[in-house]
Amino acid sequence: MADLSHKAAKRASRVRWMLLAPALFILVIAASGPLLITLVYSFLTAGDYGGVEWGFSADAWFNVFMQRDIFDDTLSLSDAHLSIFWRSVKLSLITTLVCIFFGFPTAYFIATRRKEHRDLWMLLIMIPFWTNLVIRTFAIVELIRNEGTVNTILMSLGMIDEPLQILYTEFSIALGMVYVYLPLMVLPLYASMERLDFSLVEAGYDLYATRMKVLRRVIFPLVKPGVIAGSILVFVPSLGAYVTPRVMGGGNHLMIGNLIELQFGQGRNWPLGAALSITLLAIVMVALMAYVRAVGNEEVKHG
Amino acid sequence: MAKNKGFNIRRQTGFTTIALVCFGMLYLPIVLLVTYSFNSGTSIAIWEGFSWRWYQSAWANEQVQEATVRSLVLAFWASLTATTCAVLAALATTRTRKFKGQSAVFAMINQPLMVPEIVTAVALLILFAMIKVATGYSGLLYLVVAHSAFCIPFAYLPIRARLQGMDLSLEQAAADLYATPFQVFRRVTLPQLWPGILAGAMLAFVISLDDVVITEFVKSAGQDTLPTYMLGQLRRVITPEVNAISTVLVAISVTMVVAFTLLSKIKN
Repeated sequence: MADLSHKAAKRASRVRWMLLAPALFILVIAASGPLLITLVYSFLTAGDYGGVEWGFSADAWFNVFMQRDIFDDTLSLSDAHLSIFWRSVKLSLITTLVCIFFGFPTAYFIATRRKEHRDLWMLLIMIPFWTNLVIRTFAIVELIRNEGTVNTILMSLGMIDEPLQILYTEFSIALGMVYVYLPLMVLPLYASMERLDFSLVEAGYDLYATRMKVLRRVIFPLVKPGVIAGSILVFVPSLGAYVTPRVMGGGNHLMIGNLIELQFGQGRNWPLGAALSITLLAIVMVALMAYVRAVGNEEVKHG
Repeated sequence: MAKNKGFNIRRQTGFTTIALVCFGMLYLPIVLLVTYSFNSGTSIAIWEGFSWRWYQSAWANEQVQEATVRSLVLAFWASLTATTCAVLAALATTRTRKFKGQSAVFAMINQPLMVPEIVTAVALLILFAMIKVATGYSGLLYLVVAHSAFCIPFAYLPIRARLQGMDLSLEQAAADLYATPFQVFRRVTLPQLWPGILAGAMLAFVISLDDVVITEFVKSAGQDTLPTYMLGQLRRVITPEVNAISTVLVAISVTMVVAFTLLSKIKN
């Protein structure tokens, strides 16, 4: 009998792995496998015309943060790379905060509509999210470029004499990322606000709290997991953004994504590109672990 | 204070205003984009009158035709592959006890959601460059495999959600009546699961159709899809032709998201 159930369990396990095999096969070829190869590439020597030569070298990792002076061979921190890393982190944080500023009231607004209407409002959030990233970026470029709608209107009204340079600045990159990633903030915020128990809010008012106090001391703590989830969903793609800074930064305001691409294009330094992308991945993993820890703590607290 | 008549506990000062500004901000650029696709002039900021000319010129543009067909073929094969894999994987991982290697399997399935696209794109570039040199093959298969991989989690999630919400007793009843496991799947599980499968397939289709970063790095020369073609166009002088192509794609997205919402509402 024990033997029989053991056999059944063994059979179930075999069936399970057979069912998983196709998915895992594709994921190994086109997701986890390539990542491991990237890690290996970051320790190889750069080939003269792109690609690599098969010899160990730590140059790529060295060049991520340091540079060697071509005249006197002294070492210094790589200002160019550090400023790109700093810009990426800075713009991603700004994007996340602005998304919270707009996303929080929007999710709250939707969550407090009549039940029948909520899905319709959420649909309005989902439609831009399902619309092609290039199209959305292009739409906002049209709005703010020198010959674009905003400048044309302002000039025809006589408010300005020459077009405002909005496009190709750090501001326009942040604006573009807010526009593109805002739905990712609203989705999890709405999910946690929809379950908000308003009797707690009422209790707050009964105890003479002001609206601001209720917001800060009752509502915000209850939907904090949603805020954290939304922040991660916005911060992570912002940090790795490639299309938005390429189209809206005009080549002068690179972010990590563009720096990585450069190594595979004009830079022809594949190992450095590999090392940079592993670095980006490491930063993202740290952010995700901080998220898991923060959500874990919340769950313990509210038990 | 709270007992005052007309005091709405749900109201927060300024929230409605910000929310409406937010919706306006989300839609204004898209509305303008769609509007200027009907412009009879060559400008995308000065309105000169209504015409279909940019739709006609986009329709007649051979590069656009090729890119459209390529995008659709790619999205079809990628969503088919990803959905098939996702159904099997969901059957294997839902409604079972915790098994050895479970967290590793989940980590692998969700990897495309967590790893930044640019990192995956570069990793695929490296691997596929090696394979291209070794085999000499440079067809569409690379893109199909790459797209299938990042579509798997998107197809997997709705299917798994559907499977978790399903009643086990029907399947047990069928098994008690001596149905083979395959018959149970074919006659009992599948008919209940199909809205989830369709939702997953549509999500995968749209995700594949929208992808630009991974495609940009993996594609061989002359393998532009619509998004990468448009990305290339943005560097040049833009005519409303790009708006016309965008409008069609926006219309497809709207249709898909509405259908997806309706599908996920079908009760068990």
